[in-house]
Amino acid sequence: MDTREKDIENLKDYKYGFITDIENIKAPKGLNENVIKFISNIKKEPEWMLNFRLKAFERFKQLKEPNWQKPKYPKIDYQDLYYYSAPKSMKNKPKSLDELDPKLLETYKKLGIPLQEQARLNGIAVDAVFDSVSVATTFKGELTKHGIIFCSMSEAIQKHPELVKKYLGSVIPTTDHFFATLNSAVFTDGSFVYIPEGVKCPMELSTYFRINASETGQFERTLIIADKGSYVSYLEGCTAPMRDENQLHAANVELIALDDAEIKYSTVQNWYPGDANGKGGIFNFVTKRGLCKGKNSKISWTQVETGSAITWKYPSCILKGDNSVGEFYSIAITNNYQKADTGTKMIHLGKNTKSKIISKGISAGFSDMTYRGLVDINSKAKNSSNYTQCDSLLMGNKCGAHTVPYIKNKNFESNIAHEATTSKISEEQLHYCQQRGLNSEEAVGLIVNGFCKEVLQQLPMEFAVEAQKLVGISLEGSVG
Amino acid sequence: MTEQLQIDFDKITKSLGISEKDKEFKRKYLKKFIESGFPNKKKENWKFLDINQIIKKNIGDLSFFNDYSSPNKIDSTIFVDGLEHNKIIFINGRIEKIDFNYEDKNKIEINDEIEKKVLFDNDNSLLDLNNAFTNKTFKIVVKENYSLKKPLIIYHTTNKKMRLKSINLRLDFELEKNSSLRLIDFFTDNTDKNFQNILYNFNLKKDSILKNYKIDNFKNDNLKYSFNNIEQEANSVSETFILSAGSNYFKNEINCNLNGEYSSAFVNGLFSLKENQQHEIRTIINHLVENTKSYQLIKSVLGESSKAAYQGKIFVNSKAQKTDGYQLSKAILLDESSEFNAKPELEIYADDVKCSHGSASGNLNESSIFYLMSRGLNYQQSKELLINGFLLDVVEKITDSEIKNLIKNMIGLKE
Repeated sequence: MDTREKDIENLKDYKYGFITDIENIKAPKGLNENVIKFISNIKKEPEWMLNFRLKAFERFKQLKEPNWQKPKYPKIDYQDLYYYSAPKSMKNKPKSLDELDPKLLETYKKLGIPLQEQARLNGIAVDAVFDSVSVATTFKGELTKHGIIFCSMSEAIQKHPELVKKYLGSVIPTTDHFFATLNSAVFTDGSFVYIPEGVKCPMELSTYFRINASETGQFERTLIIADKGSYVSYLEGCTAPMRDENQLHAANVELIALDDAEIKYSTVQNWYPGDANGKGGIFNFVTKRGLCKGKNSKISWTQVETGSAITWKYPSCILKGDNSVGEFYSIAITNNYQKADTGTKMIHLGKNTKSKIISKGISAGFSDMTYRGLVDINSKAKNSSNYTQCDSLLMGNKCGAHTVPYIKNKNFESNIAHEATTSKISEEQLHYCQQRGLNSEEAVGLIVNGFCKEVLQQLPMEFAVEAQKLVGISLEGSVG
Repeated sequence: MTEQLQIDFDKITKSLGISEKDKEFKRKYLKKFIESGFPNKKKENWKFLDINQIIKKNIGDLSFFNDYSSPNKIDSTIFVDGLEHNKIIFINGRIEKIDFNYEDKNKIEINDEIEKKVLFDNDNSLLDLNNAFTNKTFKIVVKENYSLKKPLIIYHTTNKKMRLKSINLRLDFELEKNSSLRLIDFFTDNTDKNFQNILYNFNLKKDSILKNYKIDNFKNDNLKYSFNNIEQEANSVSETFILSAGSNYFKNEINCNLNGEYSSAFVNGLFSLKENQQHEIRTIINHLVENTKSYQLIKSVLGESSKAAYQGKIFVNSKAQKTDGYQLSKAILLDESSEFNAKPELEIYADDVKCSHGSASGNLNESSIFYLMSRGLNYQQSKELLINGFLLDVVEKITDSEIKNLIKNMIGLKE
C-alpha cells in the first residue's frame, strides 16, 4: 500500500468518531433563565456578563427560527438540549497540563493534537475546547512575552473584563438573528485573542473544538481583537463522535481589526457528517463576522467545509475603515446526504474598500450545496471594488449545486464583477490522467485538488496538507 | 382597500354580465388577493423593489373599477410608422380592435371564450388580482405551418378617463406546429398614475417560433407589471426582448418552461433609466428535459436616482442533462444617486451541464473616455458614444432585422 492508499484506509470511516468515556457536569436540560444563571454561576461570571446573557435571552424569546435556507431540517426542540456540559475534572481548573485529566490528554492525542508543549514542534499555540469548556491552552508563556493574550473566553471575562466588555457583542450584537442571539444567551466557552499594537504574532494560534457529550448543544464564542498595526493568523478545527442523533453547534465568532491590522482566520471543519444514509451528524449553524474597523485593515476568511450534516453559515466582513480589505476563500464539499448553504457577506461602508470572494463547491452522492452571498456597496463607499468567483462541480445527477448571489451597487464609482460556473469533470480530463497511469479515483482526486487550488493555497502549510487529504477522502466512493 | 375591492368587483361583474361559474372563479381569486394584498419586500421576489410601497407613494388609493361597456375612440396617431403590421388595440384595458388584415383568415383563430384554468401554482398575488378583474380573455391560435407575414403590434394605451386605476388584461396565444409569430408590445400612455397588470400565456408547440418585443420607451408616470408564461415543446424557440425605459415603474417577469428537447429560450433586456424610475426584470428559465438551451443578456444605463434590478434564475432538473444556460448582466451607473441590484441564481440538479452567469456593474471607463477625447470628441460626445456601443450590443441580439431597425431608430442608436 502506498501512503495515499494508507491515508484513505485510515480515514475511510470517520476516524474521529470515538467517544471519550468521561464523567460530566451538566446543566439541567432545557432553556430558561435558571439554566443561564447556572452557566453564569458555574463560571463565576461578574454581573454585567449575566445581564448580557439575560438581555440576549429576552430578545431570543421574541425571535422566530428562520426558515429561508435551502436545506430544511427536522424541528429542533430547544427545551430538550443540555446547554452546559463539562468534564468533572475541570470543575476546579487545573493549573498546568500535568494536572489535566489523562483521559482528556489521550483524547486530544488521538485527534492528533498533542497538548504537551514539548511535543509541539511546529510552533502552533492551541486552545482546546471540549464540549462546553476550554481544557487547555498551550504556549502561554511564549505569547505573554509579546503581550499577546490568548486564553479561554471564561478566563478573559475574569482577567480582562475591560476588553471583553468593550468588544463582546460589538460585531454580533445581542439583538442579531435567532442562532446568534441564542449563542449570546448561553455561550459556554471559546477562545479570546488580543494582539497589542504593532505586534506580529510569532506563531499560529489555533482552537480545537470537540463535541463529546450527547444531547448537548455546543455554543462557543470566539473574540479576536487585532490592535493597530498587528497581525495574527488563527486556525480552527472541529470534530465530534458518531451519534445517531443530530447535534446542534451554534457558535459566534467576532473579529475586530483596528487601523493597519490584519486577521487571517482559517477553518477546517470536519464535524461528524452523519452516516451514508444521512442519519445523525452535526447541524453547524455558525455566525462569523469580522469588522474592519480601522483604516487599511484586512480580514481574510478561509474555510474548508467537509463535515456536518448541515452547514449553514456566512463568514462576513464589514468594511468600515477606509482602504480596508475583506477576503473569503471557501471550499465546501458535500457527499452522501450532507447539505450546505454557505457563502459570505461583504458590506462596503468605507472608501476604497476592496473585497474578493473565491468559492468552490463540490457536491456528490445525494447531497445539496448552495452558495449564497451578498455584496453590498454603500453609497458612501467610493471607489470600492469586489470580485466574486463561485464555481461548482457536480458528481452524478442525484445531487444539486445552487448559486444565489445578491449584488447591490449603490455607488457609481465602484465596480462589482461576479462570475459563476457549474460543470462536471470532463471525460477528456479523466482520460488524460488515466492514460498517464492514474486510476480513476486518483484522477478525480487530482482534478478536484486542482479545482480547489486557489483556496488551498491560502491555508497555512500544516493545514493545507490536512485539507488536501480531507478533500480526497470526503469524495471517497462518489466516483465509479 | 378591501372594501373598495369588493365594491369595484361587484360593479364589474354586474356590468360584464358574466356567468355564475365565471363569477365563482373570479371570486375565488379576489378572496386570495384580499388575503395577501399587493406583494411587499418581505417576499423574496419583491426584495429589491417593493410594489406595495411604490403604489402607495405614486398613486395612493387605487380604484379597481373600469367601465368596459362603451367603446373608446382610437387615436391613429399612436400607430407605428414605417412598418406594415397587424394590430390589437387595448385602450384602458379594453380590446377596441383586432385586425389581422395582412394575414390568411383561415390560419388565425380568435377565441374569446377560453377555458379558465389556473396557469401555474404560485403565490403571486398580482396574478390573483389579474384573474379576478380581467374582463374578456382572448386566445389567439396560429395554425399549423403558418408564419404570419407581418408582425403583430399590440398597442397598450390609455385615455383621459383613466386615472388612479388598476388595469388588468390577459391574452393567451397558441402557436401550433411549425408556426411562427412576431409580436410587439407597444406602450403609449395619455394619462398617468395608473397601474397596469398584464398577463400573457404562450403555448409553443413543436418547431414553432415566438418573438416577443416589449417596447416601453415614452416617459410616463404609470406603473406597469407584465408576466409572460411560456410553455415550449420540442425544438421550439422563444425570443423575448425588453426595452424598459418609459414608465415610472415597470417589472417584467418571464417564466419559461422548456418542456421539449432541443427547445431554446432567449431573453434580452435593456434598461435606460433616469429621474427616479424603478424597473426590474425577473426571469425563471426551467430546463426540464435534455438538450435545452437558454441565453440571457441584460444591460442597464442608470442615472438621476433611478434604480434597476435583475433577478434571473436558471433551474436545471435532474433529467435535463446537456443543458446549456447562460446569463449576463451589466450595468453602468452614471451618478451617485443611481443603484443597480442583481440576483443571478443557479439551481442545478444535473451534472452534465454547462451553466454560467456573470454580473458586473460600475461607471464608464475613464480611460476609454480619455481615448476618445484625445481623438477630438468632447466629454459629452465620448460618453454618449460609449453608452451607445454598450446598449447596441443588446439590440444587435434581435434576430428580426426589420424590427431591429425599428427599435434602433426609436431609441436613436446609431451603428
